[in-house]
Amino acid sequence: MTDTDRIEKRIELNAPVSRVWQALTDHQEFGEWFGVKLDGPFVPGQASRGHITYPGYEHLKWEAVVQEMEPQKLFSFTWHPYAVEPGKDYSSEASTLVEFKLERTANGTLLLLTESGFDKIPGERRFEAFRMNEGGWEEQMKNIERHVGQKR
Amino acid sequence: MSDRSVSRAARDRKVYAPVFFALGDETRLWLVARLSSGTPQSIAELTAGSSLTRQAITKHLRVLEDAGLVRSMRTGRESRFEFEPKPVKQLKAYLDQVSEQWDQTLGRLKSFVER
Repeated sequence: MTDTDRIEKRIELNAPVSRVWQALTDHQEFGEWFGVKLDGPFVPGQASRGHITYPGYEHLKWEAVVQEMEPQKLFSFTWHPYAVEPGKDYSSEASTLVEFKLERTANGTLLLLTESGFDKIPGERRFEAFRMNEGGWEEQMKNIERHVGQKR
Repeated sequence: MSDRSVSRAARDRKVYAPVFFALGDETRLWLVARLSSGTPQSIAELTAGSSLTRQAITKHLRVLEDAGLVRSMRTGRESRFEFEPKPVKQLKAYLDQVSEQWDQTLGRLKSFVER
């Protein structure tokens, strides 16, 4: 395991574990903050499909395979982090594992996020995504942030 | 996509593609590891520490040099090779970008559950 293989994040949330769990695992709530429209609920062992909701980028699909759902503790899925080229089949390529772990704290919830497996991703794919991410994804994130801000 | 971002993408492709290619090989990764210890080394020294031929080492060093990962300098009759870390730092930038996206995504989750 190298430092290029994984990303780790910790964030304190001032909300109960049960609330965070719902925001993570209810597919509609997940879609609201993540910025995707999902076709159906998350089911362990099954694919989750949908598409990006930002105008002009709806052609980008969301596809992940739900791994574990341990109530109020662990939600994980695998996906192809750089699957950005429309119509291309990425299913034979290595995927990364995204894990959300929840811990109860005095003020609410500690969320630990890990994404691992980057070292197995083909170099050319990393490069391609790096290139395509540069404009579009960043811009999309900002728009979603504005949208969420308006709703508050 | 604007003309500006297209040309920037083209520039990035030019810069990064050889680096990804050069690092996608076990022997070259091993050479980079050897040279990243800091001391410039000759082909003879690098060959002595491996099971490869002088020709093979030379060929791999050439690829690394073309990608800007290795610099050679002539001292006397021999060339010595030195590691150039800049392209690797640029390569790490893509992971930083994914990391940045998670920061933003988790920020939105925070707003969502705390509202």
